[in-house]
Amino acid sequence: MAELNMADALNLALTQEMEKDDSVVVLGEDVGVDGGVFRITDGLLERYGERRVIDSPVAETALTGVSVGLAINGLKPVCEMQFSGFSYQGFHQMEAHAARMRWRTRGGHTVPMVLRMPYGAGVHALEHHSESKEVFYAHTPGLKMVVPSTPRNARALLVSAIRDPDPVVFFEPKAVYRAFREEVPDEEETLPLGESRVAREGDDLTLISYGAMLHRALEAADTLAEEDGVEAEVIDLLSLSPLDHSRFAESARRTGRVVIVHEAHRTFGPAGEIMARLTEEAFYYLEAPVRRVTGFDTIVPLFAREQDYLPDQERILAAARGVLND
Amino acid sequence: MPRKRVRLEHAVEYLSILDEKGRVDDKLEPDISKQTLLDIHRMMLLSRRLDERMLTLQRQGRIGTFAPAKGQEASQIAAMAALSGDDWFVPAFRETAAMLWRGIPPENLLLYNAGYSEGGAIEEGSHDLPISIPVASQIPHAVGIGYASGLRGLDEVTITFFGDGATSEGDFHEALNFASVLKTPVIFLCQNNHWAISMPRGRQSESRTLAQKGLAYAIPSLQVDGNDVLAVYAAVQEAAQRARDGEGPTLIECVTYRLTVHTTADDPSKYRDEEEVEKWQGREPIARLQTYLKKKRWLSDKQIDKLEKEIEGQVDKAWESAHERIESLSDSQVIFDHVYAETPEYLESQRQSFADRLKEGE
Ligand SMILES: Cc1ncc(C[n+]2csc(CCOP(=O)(O)OP(=O)(O)O)c2C)c(N)n1
Ligand SMILES: [Mg+2]
Repeated sequence: MAELNMADALNLALTQEMEKDDSVVVLGEDVGVDGGVFRITDGLLERYGERRVIDSPVAETALTGVSVGLAINGLKPVCEMQFSGFSYQGFHQMEAHAARMRWRTRGGHTVPMVLRMPYGAGVHALEHHSESKEVFYAHTPGLKMVVPSTPRNARALLVSAIRDPDPVVFFEPKAVYRAFREEVPDEEETLPLGESRVAREGDDLTLISYGAMLHRALEAADTLAEEDGVEAEVIDLLSLSPLDHSRFAESARRTGRVVIVHEAHRTFGPAGEIMARLTEEAFYYLEAPVRRVTGFDTIVPLFAREQDYLPDQERILAAARGVLND
Repeated sequence: MPRKRVRLEHAVEYLSILDEKGRVDDKLEPDISKQTLLDIHRMMLLSRRLDERMLTLQRQGRIGTFAPAKGQEASQIAAMAALSGDDWFVPAFRETAAMLWRGIPPENLLLYNAGYSEGGAIEEGSHDLPISIPVASQIPHAVGIGYASGLRGLDEVTITFFGDGATSEGDFHEALNFASVLKTPVIFLCQNNHWAISMPRGRQSESRTLAQKGLAYAIPSLQVDGNDVLAVYAAVQEAAQRARDGEGPTLIECVTYRLTVHTTADDPSKYRDEEEVEKWQGREPIARLQTYLKKKRWLSDKQIDKLEKEIEGQVDKAWESAHERIESLSDSQVIFDHVYAETPEYLESQRQSFADRLKEGE
């Protein structure tokens, strides 16, 4: 057991998988000598050499397309997009090929690749470095879409993603990379993709979130307990695709009141799908309309105002108190 | 006869007029007025000092991450000086020096780097584009703007800036080919500063020059000493003439060097030797231009000192006014402006609830 932050925990996952399985290769811009701009791939080049740790030219279409080819031909590429905002050149390859290869070849060719990228606001970054557009990927059949929230689950989910037979888009909440530490076991650990977890138990209200915003939901839950005597259950989705609705639907049936929190834009955001599933699975148990606290439908602002864009305690608490009093 | 030689003319010229010792090739010396050269010099100094100030401000946490232009002032300013104000300017993200030449107030650059989009505001009718952070993504815009100038019968040239790393992106190749096929009046100016974050030029591409990539698309292409004001000016002037004469695009590879960090979030000690930096420090563009101007007796040490003081004052003032503007900019409702020409109802209601909360918080 060691106390690791999320950046180190992801590095541990990569190191252990590369150690264990020669077919795992890492590629991306600045992932080798520099160890990645967030140092997630630090030390891999020294350990596994430049044939398995590829410092690539600045070329995202090629990075993702090459990863598709590597995966088709027996390797397990873990490809880094430096920021999710620069993954769109690669989106074409993910949508047109990674997502469809199994289906088109009736299982003859598969693409067991991982496309990792940091996403989200809150670290005072430049334009295009703070978006949260996971729905582009979650909306695409054939892709899995994972968003860890803590060092330990990030490590376990990345290992599972690397071993998964399908392409997995792995969104890393960059605001959490170095935010706190958590005990992470030395021995290998995996978590099933497409399974959510209960991050906090409660019977009065259900808060659903994931990634960096999970921590804001948890903070709000503590405040509600303290100030309102209300126990909120907090569900951490962990995967957006496949989306595990059984856990949050069960919770909603028990509490009757739900608030969804995410930093992605509101319109056609993940909350829309979650609300639809709640309508399908828990409608008759709901005691109040479901509310959502999300990023606004504007361009993510430059860093001086990024906190204005993000869901904050005030907005989350207002929504929670709203559904409690409806 | 299955194997025949296809005759191709493949030679890349390297143009240097003012060398690192300050020696000039008089035969190649372009016709630039004394005043223009002094203006170029002043702007290069301003860019350098503003860069240094921004680095300090960033380290103090007063502004955010930015990409310094240090060492690349000649490539940027001499290029812009060879064009007119009506020509279009399509930058990447390291073009502080070129932006200053275009008349963008230092105060706006500071405001933008402090995280306020007001600093990025561009006046209607301006022929400047905002910075473009996604690598190479701006290059196709230049082709579109250039084609539009032709279609509208306007005598405008478009210049776009990008780095050595950008030449690995599809956008670069697609744009060059497009411009060549359509013969658009565009100047593609590659600042080969030898690094793309941690990736050295030699590992970015196996091509001996980046200029030769243009030859593949039948675009006249050359390399110039990017720290040589005279060579950059001459090359851009020639390219602009070609564009105005309807002969289409040119690719210019300015060979220069990134003398400092990639951005303030970067630590170059992880991937490059100080020795290399020192070697290039000796070739940096400002001292070289000063030697040239002094030899011509157009500039003296005394005048340089005076200029330095003036610039220091200008930079102080720019930060002061940026700071004042920040203080007066407290309302964040502006994040809802300019998403669309007309704010749709659903978005207006998001703004309204945001504004109501601001009011409650008061
Ligand atoms: C499409 C895209 N991919 C990756 C990045 C991250 N990134 C920013 S600058 C840079 C290197 C660019 O190198 P170069 O084109 O030589 O320009 P320089 O930074 O040297 O001015 C990278 C990879 C980005 N901004 N955009
Ligand atoms: Mg470069």
